Amino acid sequence: MATKIYPVIWLQGASCTGCSVSVLNAVSPRIQNLLLDELVPGQQLNLLFHATIMAGQGEPVIEVLKDTEKNRKNGYVLVVEGAIPTAENGAYGSIGEKGGKHYTILRSVEELGSNALLTLAIGTCATFGGIPAAKPNPTDCKGVKEVFTEKGINTPVVNLPGCPLHPEWFTGTISVILFSGAKALDLDELARPKLFYGQLIHENCPRRADFDKGKFAQELGDPGCLYNIGCKGHYTNADCPLRQWNNGVNWCIKAGSPCLGCVEPEFPDGTSPIYEKITYEDLE
Amino acid sequence: MSEKIKIDPITRIEGHLAIEAVVDDGMVKEAKSAGTLFRGFEIILQGRDPRDANRLTQRICGVCPTAHATASALCLDDAFGLTDKIPDNAKLIRALVFGSNFLQSHILHFYHLAALDYVDAVGAVGDTAPFVPRYEGDYRVSGEANAELVNHYVKALDIRRKCQEMLAIFGGKMPHNVGIVPGGVTEKPTEDKITNFLWRLKEIKEFIENVYIPDVIAVAKIYDDYFGIGKGCGRLLAYGGFDLPTGKLFKTGVVSPDLQLEPFAKENITEDVKHSWYADSSSGKNPAQGQTKPEPKKKQAYSFLKSPRYKGTVCELGPLARMVSNYVQGDAITKELVDSVLGEFSAGVDALYSVLGRHAARAVEAKLVANAMVDWLTSLKPDEPAIVESQIPDKGEGAGLAEAPRGAVGHWITIKDKKIDRYQVITPTAWNASPKDDKGQPGAVEQAIIGTKVKDKDNPFEIVRIVRAFDPCLACSVHLLDARGSELGVFRVV
Repeated sequence: MATKIYPVIWLQGASCTGCSVSVLNAVSPRIQNLLLDELVPGQQLNLLFHATIMAGQGEPVIEVLKDTEKNRKNGYVLVVEGAIPTAENGAYGSIGEKGGKHYTILRSVEELGSNALLTLAIGTCATFGGIPAAKPNPTDCKGVKEVFTEKGINTPVVNLPGCPLHPEWFTGTISVILFSGAKALDLDELARPKLFYGQLIHENCPRRADFDKGKFAQELGDPGCLYNIGCKGHYTNADCPLRQWNNGVNWCIKAGSPCLGCVEPEFPDGTSPIYEKITYEDLE
Repeated sequence: MSEKIKIDPITRIEGHLAIEAVVDDGMVKEAKSAGTLFRGFEIILQGRDPRDANRLTQRICGVCPTAHATASALCLDDAFGLTDKIPDNAKLIRALVFGSNFLQSHILHFYHLAALDYVDAVGAVGDTAPFVPRYEGDYRVSGEANAELVNHYVKALDIRRKCQEMLAIFGGKMPHNVGIVPGGVTEKPTEDKITNFLWRLKEIKEFIENVYIPDVIAVAKIYDDYFGIGKGCGRLLAYGGFDLPTGKLFKTGVVSPDLQLEPFAKENITEDVKHSWYADSSSGKNPAQGQTKPEPKKKQAYSFLKSPRYKGTVCELGPLARMVSNYVQGDAITKELVDSVLGEFSAGVDALYSVLGRHAARAVEAKLVANAMVDWLTSLKPDEPAIVESQIPDKGEGAGLAEAPRGAVGHWITIKDKKIDRYQVITPTAWNASPKDDKGQPGAVEQAIIGTKVKDKDNPFEIVRIVRAFDPCLACSVHLLDARGSELGVFRVV
């Protein structure tokens, strides 16, 4: 049986490349499996465009985008990393030169997004705007879904926030799509798969017993629940306490740091000061 | 006949970069490098809790976030009056976290960013994306040697991942660690973590010694003409870095083109803006007084990078600068490592000033850092503190200078009413990829390209090999912008 190939176009907007680096940290499957192997039996990704990884440069790689958009309509997956600068019609970020002009991030996301089968917005910048969209949002950065809505683009968007996103939130979402189809993804009201974003950090936190007993850290480095020094785990939806980070080595709260709330749309303005207690009332 | 070569995007670097070269009779006469993305980090930082700069500035760059975590922690230590109070454990753990990021960044750079310019991946894995399209022609490695290098490309993916996992032991997670904070670190140096770290480090060290360095030497022997390509400006600058209880691993210094050492003082740093889209009135200022007044319609300008200069001179930063600075200051370990690699080519230190020299300096540096990390680990004292309490002052100023994988990085803060009043960052790529300054001197990358012979203008290997040898990080360097009030089209690089 022939292998079913899913072409992937990966665009980087107003980003730090941290979500790409995080996906490079994937353990099982590893990044080389994502790039070169059948990810699940009979099905394989084919990464046609990724500026940090691809061999080519200049005009020939922009041709890849043109060709994909034109000849593979509704036949490729678009991954967007980074926010989309929309001020001045997108002039603050471009991914290359097309037809002698800057090919803006805004235009590339519009064009490639319109013709994609599905769009994965990865990281908090691509989902909700993130740090580039923090006050005063100098370049009027927006997330993919907001841009699609404004431009009347109907391609479905799956949001995989995080600063960066956990590599398994990416590989796990791809797995659901390949095994059961995109419709099988059970999304919350923010279009995040509940499989990964379905429970509060607080519900699974190893310091939860300290919270219940009223034992609170007062300074960084103290034992106890980190609520008083700014932990946002009580309203942040992610499975970090169960999954942990970097092959299960550690994660923020285990390392003695408050949860930054980095998967939520309020990050970073609504979740800062980072080291100050924030109540539900502050968030409203 | 004069022709323009435009490469946009330059891929396999961090961020968005375009390069333009004017070629006359096969030789580059003029070169321009420019970033094509602007976010405005320093503007976003204004008015926030100073401690948040330590977390947020890491998000400038996901490849070397720990460089910003380190520089911002040193900057906040200074502003909070803590510099002399940082426990030895904290200095060592900060260095171990940062060292892990160094190793992952250097290995990633050689294998995953640079190597595809030299290694024929298509010959080994076939005609498939993301290895095509590509420049065609000058791939000189073939057969078994090529297949082995491609295998190492894949193996290096695992090793760089393991660097991140090692980092997380004390850093919590990666990218964007949570462990380095003003006053110290959040993790304690318990014995189990030390041993865990040590054995991960052992595997990475062995890869650097037995695979990475031999591969750099093997590629260099095949492409040895690249010891004569991409010389650059010749003046080197290192702020110094890895602040340990016993001093700095990377020595501070400015090295002149004739290898004379000059003392460094941060007050001598200025930023010119004549060829940048900023108001000329902000030109020539030290970053402690730095201003960012965008003027996107300014004529003559072609970049949003400013032009940092030291006493008005163009400097190159990075592994080349650090290794030569350590070398001329008589650091015995650096000298031995550098000489052993250069001995393979019967070359002197001057050979480092080249495309291959930069790769060699980076590989040598990876070994230097990895070896030092063993000593740092074994110097940790599990029963002693790793953090001191900190208070945000009503007002204050601070500076934090460090060495990122790509070169010297500086953070400057002014605090007013316990909030950030001004925050300035100067990154190594801002120096290396800067545009011409007020005196018309091209930046370091531009100087390295100018004078280069380009054999095939449709496949200008020479240019991309030069640019990538600097390991540019654009997200780091173009972060200064108030975008309001400008128009579409003004960012055209041409």
